[in-house]
Amino acid sequence: MSQVTGTDAGILPGAGASLDVVEGKKRPPRKGVRQRRITPYLFLLIPLAFLLVFTYVPAVNLFWYSITDWDGIDLSKNVIGLQNYIDIFTKPEFLRVFVVSLYYIVASFLQMGFALYFATVLSFSTRFRNLFKGILFFPTLLNGVAIGLMFLYFFQPNGTLDSVLKIVGLQQLTVQWLGNPDIVNISLASTSIWRYTGLSFILFLGAIQSIPATLYEAADLDGANKFQQFRFIIIPGIKRIISLSFILAISGSLSVFEIPFIITGGTNGSTTFVIKTIQQAFTYRQVGLASAMAVVLLIIVLIVTYIQRKLVPDEEVNLT
Amino acid sequence: MTTITRRPASRERTADPRRSRQGRAGMLGGTVSKYVILTVASAVTLLPLIVLVITAFKTKTEYATTGPLQLPQNWFNFDNFATAFTDGNMAVGFANTTIVLVVSLVGTILIGSMTAYAVDRFDFRFKKVVIGLFLVATLVPSVTTQVATFQIVNGLGLYDTLLSLIALNLGTDIISIYIFVQFMQSIPKDVDEAAMLDGANKFTIYWRVILPLLKPAIATVVIIKGIAIYNEFYQPFLYAPSPENAVISTALFAFKGPYGSQWEIISAGALLVIIPTLIIFLVLQRFIYNGFTQGATK
Repeated sequence: MSQVTGTDAGILPGAGASLDVVEGKKRPPRKGVRQRRITPYLFLLIPLAFLLVFTYVPAVNLFWYSITDWDGIDLSKNVIGLQNYIDIFTKPEFLRVFVVSLYYIVASFLQMGFALYFATVLSFSTRFRNLFKGILFFPTLLNGVAIGLMFLYFFQPNGTLDSVLKIVGLQQLTVQWLGNPDIVNISLASTSIWRYTGLSFILFLGAIQSIPATLYEAADLDGANKFQQFRFIIIPGIKRIISLSFILAISGSLSVFEIPFIITGGTNGSTTFVIKTIQQAFTYRQVGLASAMAVVLLIIVLIVTYIQRKLVPDEEVNLT
Repeated sequence: MTTITRRPASRERTADPRRSRQGRAGMLGGTVSKYVILTVASAVTLLPLIVLVITAFKTKTEYATTGPLQLPQNWFNFDNFATAFTDGNMAVGFANTTIVLVVSLVGTILIGSMTAYAVDRFDFRFKKVVIGLFLVATLVPSVTTQVATFQIVNGLGLYDTLLSLIALNLGTDIISIYIFVQFMQSIPKDVDEAAMLDGANKFTIYWRVILPLLKPAIATVVIIKGIAIYNEFYQPFLYAPSPENAVISTALFAFKGPYGSQWEIISAGALLVIIPTLIIFLVLQRFIYNGFTQGATK
């Protein structure tokens, strides 16, 4: 640090020869140039160290572990080639987790649909608009464990859901919401909708509100109805955010962890890809296999992102 | 922000009465169904939360004998909260969460703003490489790499420490760097040059000029990152499993075991975790909406 303050003036000449003249001082320019050259690296030293150690090194290791049979403890790792990958795509217990993901993908489309409806409706003047907006958004902010426990109770036999069904006279619909393997993923995916609709909603609403009002006025003059305004003004206006939500939906559906882990722990056929990965790594000590699963997930996410970028080019890459 | 953009929308709405009668009748039906749908959606959203509140105030026998939708007899029965807070390890959880939150936020602000400053205000040889590293990192979902991250954390001797959580919060956060870079681009370079003429060096400029000007970006980062850290479950669960290192998420998760079916206590615990969030939301609503809209789209 003291070295840094010592260079106070030393950096100045590098900023431009004219400064020397302005200040009427003379300094050895070479030192200044060198200082200036390393200054950005001094600022980047810590951020880059963190980035490399906690993002890149694990990512690279992941690929290396994935071709071994490592158990996470042994000092030596045996290379077994692509065997882990073959297991993932042939053994039914692994294929099953991809099926579970489908529930969440369907749920995330429903979620986007709901969010789009609420965002459109609330972008026009509505009574209690801020109240509705606040209520719909609030679940986004909540702690996942609190949500998980809340819905564990919600779905209990004779819990909240069963009681509500009784009140409205639909008790014959009551099933084992979490105990029935055919239903459990629907229950969990619905919880996911409850949790994340607010986030999509607020993103869509923000995008809709940034559409210039003159467009609506012009459309009104031309006699366009509400649906036409939605179809031809709102949808094109928020295309970018919809496509972004689309990737988030797919990669999110594959990496679902908290809700099912907290509510069911992956029992009754509700194990998701990430729960399975974590179990393989930390319960069954098959770090090699778990790494291969992580690599598969990583590659799927990268492919989806790539496709999205190709289909809807990002206009705002301003990290230059 | 919202009022400006909302006003044109309402002006657009007032143009409706000029429409044909048929259109107006359809509009009325549309309006009614709109409110019905919004009310139902709000009820669905609030129902689990309301039941949580109801249950948290019930006594043990009351819980056993009443249905979930029946109101508690005594709204001043805070016993469950006391049990959750003291016996349920939540006091430790809140203390640890606060430590992790404060240190991670300060670190994130420094790291994010330093990176943004270096990238936006300097030209250097490996600039493209550095930007590329940060860009590509956004594509790597951190949930996928935990298997390997675990080995790193373990190797550094950070396993089962709060430090591991702080380090991971700092090392895997790219969104705040984006927010800082974006905001920095809107600060004119004249500001730096003026300070330089006054004899300030690059570090003084960063610390005395740029960092204070970044206040709005810092506010956004504190809000979205703060909420994310407060709610973090995955990392504490993996990296800080001991009860003395519990954060609120893991402390609450531990309720599943010993309190099994004592839902009145679990509800009280969950409510204790939710209340700070609710307060923050009510106080900072506008900033939170803006923060999320900015943070998630980058």
